Amino acid sequence: MAAQRTIRVLIAKPGLDGHDRGAKVIARALRDAGMEVVYTGLRQTPEMIAEAALQEDVDVVGLSILSGAHLALVPRIRAVLDDTGLADVPLIIGGIIPEEDREPLGAMGIKGIFGPGTSTDDIVAFIRNLSGENHA
Amino acid sequence: MPERSADALVADALSGNRRALSRLLSRVEDGGQPACDVLAQLYRHTGSAHWIGITGAPGTGKSSLVAALARAYRAQGERVAILAVDPSSPYTGGAILGDRIRMADLSGDPGIFIRSMATRGALGGLADTTRDLARVFDACGFGIVLIETVGAGQNEVAVAQVAHTVVVVEAPGLGDDVQAIKAGILETADILVVNKSDLPGAANTVRALRTTIDTGHPALKTSWRHHGQLLTAEETPAPAHAPDEPAWVPMIVQTVATAHEGIDALTGHIHAHQSFLKNSQSHGTIERARIHTELLDKLRDRLLDRLLNALPASALDDAIDRVANREADPMTAVTTLIEQSSRTAAPPRPESVL
Ligand SMILES: Nc1nc2c(ncn2[C@@H]2O[C@H](COP(=O)(O)OP(=O)(O)OP(=O)(O)O)[C@@H](O)[C@H]2O)c(=O)[nH]1
Ligand SMILES: [Mg+2]
Repeated sequence: MAAQRTIRVLIAKPGLDGHDRGAKVIARALRDAGMEVVYTGLRQTPEMIAEAALQEDVDVVGLSILSGAHLALVPRIRAVLDDTGLADVPLIIGGIIPEEDREPLGAMGIKGIFGPGTSTDDIVAFIRNLSGENHA
Repeated sequence: MPERSADALVADALSGNRRALSRLLSRVEDGGQPACDVLAQLYRHTGSAHWIGITGAPGTGKSSLVAALARAYRAQGERVAILAVDPSSPYTGGAILGDRIRMADLSGDPGIFIRSMATRGALGGLADTTRDLARVFDACGFGIVLIETVGAGQNEVAVAQVAHTVVVVEAPGLGDDVQAIKAGILETADILVVNKSDLPGAANTVRALRTTIDTGHPALKTSWRHHGQLLTAEETPAPAHAPDEPAWVPMIVQTVATAHEGIDALTGHIHAHQSFLKNSQSHGTIERARIHTELLDKLRDRLLDRLLNALPASALDDAIDRVANREADPMTAVTTLIEQSSRTAAPPRPESVL
């Protein structure tokens, strides 16, 4: 009776904006879906995010970026994750992302983009899918 | 990342690979045979770390104190591992693990490794696997393992079975005197911290704790029973220790974790407790009692697993039905389940029939 692996997610807030309501709403939704959510607080540097992802052995890293700095932040975070040996850990992003930024973000290695209107059920399903792929 | 063999993962983690260490922690946390395999290999490497439990009511500053302690131990040249436990939701099994928020200033130091974990159904303030995760750190060369329990009410005393030194954290302004600290937790304390000593009321908290210790600590209580009067720490005979040995009586330390005040005094007291344990004649007895408890716990878990696996598919549901319908009382239902499991578990093999 091997227990089912619990999905672990890091929710991180990079950048300088001081609002973490959105991040907390997502964290709670993922918890309510049975996941273990590591939440690290505001103003995380790419190095802090990669270090937490490594130490917590998470299946997915979710970024909450409301400052509009996503195009600047994402490539740095992806690069530091890769340098830390976490190239296989998928990155998803939530926040206010203009339509025209979606394609470049995809090219930077973002696996999922969730705007303000997204239902939390969709995010849960997406993460289940992602971590299922990784552990198949 | 493909699943690594136990041997390769253990070898990599022991040689200092942090990703392997992290994977190893997950493997132990997820339990089952894969966990047994790696723990069997790691165990002989354990035994040199000092495990320090940090417990206390929600919001007293446990995580902040853990961060301050980690920095102090780093300054002493120790490698420091942190296990921060938060509760799993009993309804969904999910958890929000937020203790790292107060540990942000530790980031970037390769001599520190922070791991958050959820209780996954355990009730004592730790997860069932917390001790085994501490062993992984111990084996991998972390000299100090700091274990933060869930914000504890009064029954969360599992940490006393796991940590070598238990620090109970109190703070002023949590209500009537030391309302927040209940006797059960107080009795587990090797050291009491009054954190947030920058806030008004700290002196009252210290006074209230002092009174509670003087009237309520088990070492002193026993001396009450023995002598009918309260003795000072120096004269107190220790119930759990060899005759003629002084008992350890918890001291009170005031700290301001966020300003790093009182932290050196605290590490000093922790060190004193560590030496006390090492030099105590009853050290072996304490260790054996700890192992005794752990073996019984693990035996209970394994036997239950084995029994449940050996039951016919619907046996447990049927038993629940019978108890719910008042056809059988719970104890009789359990007896029946045990009989059913031994019938399926041990089918007579041909040679044993002969
Ligand atoms: N004034 C003051 N505030 C403190 C001190 N230590 C911690 N705090 C604050 O108290 C709050 C709770 O601190 P934590 O370290 O998260 O407390 P905790 O016991 O780990 O909390 P839980 O894990 O939720 O039970 C935070 O806002 C800290 O900044 C202190 O010494 N003085
Ligand atoms: Mg905490």
